[in-house]
Amino acid sequence: MSARNRELLGLIPASLLVTAGFAGVFIQRSNALSNVSLTYGALFLGLCIAAHVFVRITLPRADPYMFPLVAVLASFGLVMIYRIDPTLARQQAQWFVLGLVLFAATILLFRDYRKLERYRYVIVLVSLGLLVLPRLPGIGYAANGAYLGVRIPGLFVFQPAEFAKIGLVIFLASYLRDTRQVLVQGGRRFLGITFPPLKQFGPVVVIWGLAMATLVVLSDTGSSVMFYGGLLAMLYVATNRLSFVVIGLIAAAVGFWYLGTHIPHIHARVETWLHPLNPRLYHAPLGSYQVANSMFAQAAGGMFGQGFGQAALTLPNGGALLPAPQTDMVYAVITDELGLFGAVAVLMTYLLFVARGFKTAMLARDSFSTLLAVGLSAMFALQVFVIVGGVTRVIPLTGVTLPFISYGGSSILANLVLLALLLLVSDRARRPE
Amino acid sequence: MNAPIVRLFGVIVLLFALLVVFTSRWTVFEASSLNDNSLNVRTLLDELRIKRGQILAADGTVLAKSVPAAGGTWSRTYPQGRLFAQPVGFSIAAKGEAAGLEQSAGPDLRGVQTGLSSIFGQLSPRPVGDDVHTTLDPNGQRAAQQALAGRAGSVVALDPSTGAVKVMYSNPGYDDNDPPSKNSVTDTTFNRATQGAYAPGSTFKIVTATAAIDSGKYTPDSLINGNSPILVSGVPLANDGNQDWGLQTLTTAMTFSINTIFAQVAEHVGRPTMTDYMKRFGFYSKPPLDFPPFELNTSKPVAPNGRPYPPGSPNEDIGRIGIGEGGMQVTPLQMAMVAAAVANGGTLMTPHLIDRVVDQDGRTVRTTHPSVYSHVMKPSTAAEVTKMMEKVVEEGTGTAVQLGGISVAGKTGTAEIGASGSNLTQPAFVAFAPADHPKIAIAVNVDISNGGFGGTVAAPIAKAVLQALLVNGG
Repeated sequence: MSARNRELLGLIPASLLVTAGFAGVFIQRSNALSNVSLTYGALFLGLCIAAHVFVRITLPRADPYMFPLVAVLASFGLVMIYRIDPTLARQQAQWFVLGLVLFAATILLFRDYRKLERYRYVIVLVSLGLLVLPRLPGIGYAANGAYLGVRIPGLFVFQPAEFAKIGLVIFLASYLRDTRQVLVQGGRRFLGITFPPLKQFGPVVVIWGLAMATLVVLSDTGSSVMFYGGLLAMLYVATNRLSFVVIGLIAAAVGFWYLGTHIPHIHARVETWLHPLNPRLYHAPLGSYQVANSMFAQAAGGMFGQGFGQAALTLPNGGALLPAPQTDMVYAVITDELGLFGAVAVLMTYLLFVARGFKTAMLARDSFSTLLAVGLSAMFALQVFVIVGGVTRVIPLTGVTLPFISYGGSSILANLVLLALLLLVSDRARRPE
Repeated sequence: MNAPIVRLFGVIVLLFALLVVFTSRWTVFEASSLNDNSLNVRTLLDELRIKRGQILAADGTVLAKSVPAAGGTWSRTYPQGRLFAQPVGFSIAAKGEAAGLEQSAGPDLRGVQTGLSSIFGQLSPRPVGDDVHTTLDPNGQRAAQQALAGRAGSVVALDPSTGAVKVMYSNPGYDDNDPPSKNSVTDTTFNRATQGAYAPGSTFKIVTATAAIDSGKYTPDSLINGNSPILVSGVPLANDGNQDWGLQTLTTAMTFSINTIFAQVAEHVGRPTMTDYMKRFGFYSKPPLDFPPFELNTSKPVAPNGRPYPPGSPNEDIGRIGIGEGGMQVTPLQMAMVAAAVANGGTLMTPHLIDRVVDQDGRTVRTTHPSVYSHVMKPSTAAEVTKMMEKVVEEGTGTAVQLGGISVAGKTGTAEIGASGSNLTQPAFVAFAPADHPKIAIAVNVDISNGGFGGTVAAPIAKAVLQALLVNGG
């Protein structure tokens, strides 16, 4: 069976899922099964088939599993958000349509994505510029002490870090392609540890430092962890030197220890992470209420969950029982309603997508393509880890989105561009010599 | 570069495994402690999100129903308010407080979620509880409210053949839409009908007469000396007005409520036999009513120090207990059960408030089948005690209850309360009707009266309620 036919078959479970999911929510909501759920399923299937036909024409050899996996995640996300707030789901569906347009545009514009390398410094500067935007007066705004978004009143709201992540990966892939040999060979051994040569490593450190500084200024710890982890992953794959990663991790540990103890907003997050059930922290403003209720929601879900639409999200007085259920806390809602099994199924879907990304990286025939695919996949995996880890208290909770599931236009758009780039790399890698 | 990619993927698999481990931790391993955490309001919210079933009177009048409240929750309203507040009670899920049927029928009203239904429940809407149909009669209830006319007291009426509670009214009451605080002076959730501790006075003579005749020691025609005063447990006991009655039959002693005769009868029947018959009537144990145990009082004799006598205690004054004194404390429910046992040929039926439980699809989930609580006396004894009680109404102290065409069997009681020499009394009346084919057994207690008697204060209330239940209500 050809790759594209496999992709087409893969879309069937996605549309069945969206139909069944909407049906479940409708039953719960109106006590009656509405044929609207079938309409939603059909619309979604139509949209996916359109994207599939487009991929079939433009990238016939690209990995057949990535797009269906994304479709499963996105359809699942739509159902979850519809269940939380139908208005938001309609907007999310619109973002998904717009995202598919951007997805197609990316594929058309960058059929030869290697020309991106030519603009790597432009890209990195634009990315860094994007990161600073939320701090600019007038358009930037803060949520929970972190400067995450840009708001052009009456026009749109977007989160630049979502796009900056792709720009940084493109830059690093290109830069490390050029310097990886020198980094390995020019390294000096000191105390039995190989240190990278400063000259070639310098720009990486500068870029990293700038990104970190910007994020400290923005207090966006989640993105910062994600970027730094992505950088280390790419550096490791480029040089195959574990010592670089170890040095990087030590530097990060020192940095995060400093941030965790000296920046109040981050320190508070660490406190709530360690002691969420402390009544004083629970009742404090910006305290552990959200994290504690995330745990309570997961406990309510148990092994198999309470079923679609059954999770309690609001208090009788209209207050939030689980704050930000459609963004930060969407994983807790999933666990509440579908239980451990549903949550693990979602995680496995992400892991499969990441595995396909790494597979693409291994098939790629040039270093830039490999590093690009590794960077994008690792960044994607880390984003899932940072937010799910925050919700499940593996790490302190920080505000990044759960890709393709959380409500948010920027997240959908950026991650569909990420998918487009991975498919581009994949198509080239699988092309016969 | 492929080897580091594989290792990197290994690291990511490990990170994801960590996510699975932590998700399992909250969903499975630590779930019960999280569910029980005092900061966790979800269990309470689940309760609020259940649409509790209705509580209905025997004629279908809605006594309690759920109305939608904010955030997908439900709140309770009680359309009849004060009229049915004592038996229906209230439920405030947000505070975890409940009383009356709202408490005792809670599992039915919530609709018990079994393990199987909770799996299928994932596809069904929020749980809806079952409707509870009670045996309560709004006509009788209203008659009791009007006849008490604001006086403190209570009325309990039963169907003797089934044990169905037709009337349970207690004054002062409260509006269950707005339960009173503990220090409210006008309103109370205290249910005199089931919690009150009244001195039964002469109404208790029904119990003594039953023990005397059923044990074979006396017949209704046995002659006993009714002179006054006599020594009972070493203390003089006098008749009303210190009247000397001379030799009288047991029937006459009942008709005119002669204390000295009944005290002698009780002493002669003896403590063990008296105690045995009291137990058969339901004394010494919580009434077997489908009602919250904390709202049910046990009827028993109580020592001057406030502690109940153990059953058959040699310290109790059985002669005075035989005339409803000597520390005897009863609930109106218990006295209604006494009347019901006589009315039903000596067989006491288990009293109950819930007639049946019906689910939202109209299927009857559960029906209360009348059950025997105890065989108190032989049918012949019951017939004889009935005749004696009919005399009370025909020519004795209870003439005020006469219902025209319907024969009533009854017994008055007037306990003296307050300091000696004060004129304060606690009138009571116990009856059943029609005497030949009893449909209703009733107990009426009035807390306080200035010189009134059971026959003048309580009997008219009983008459009004019997009239509502037997004549007007059919």
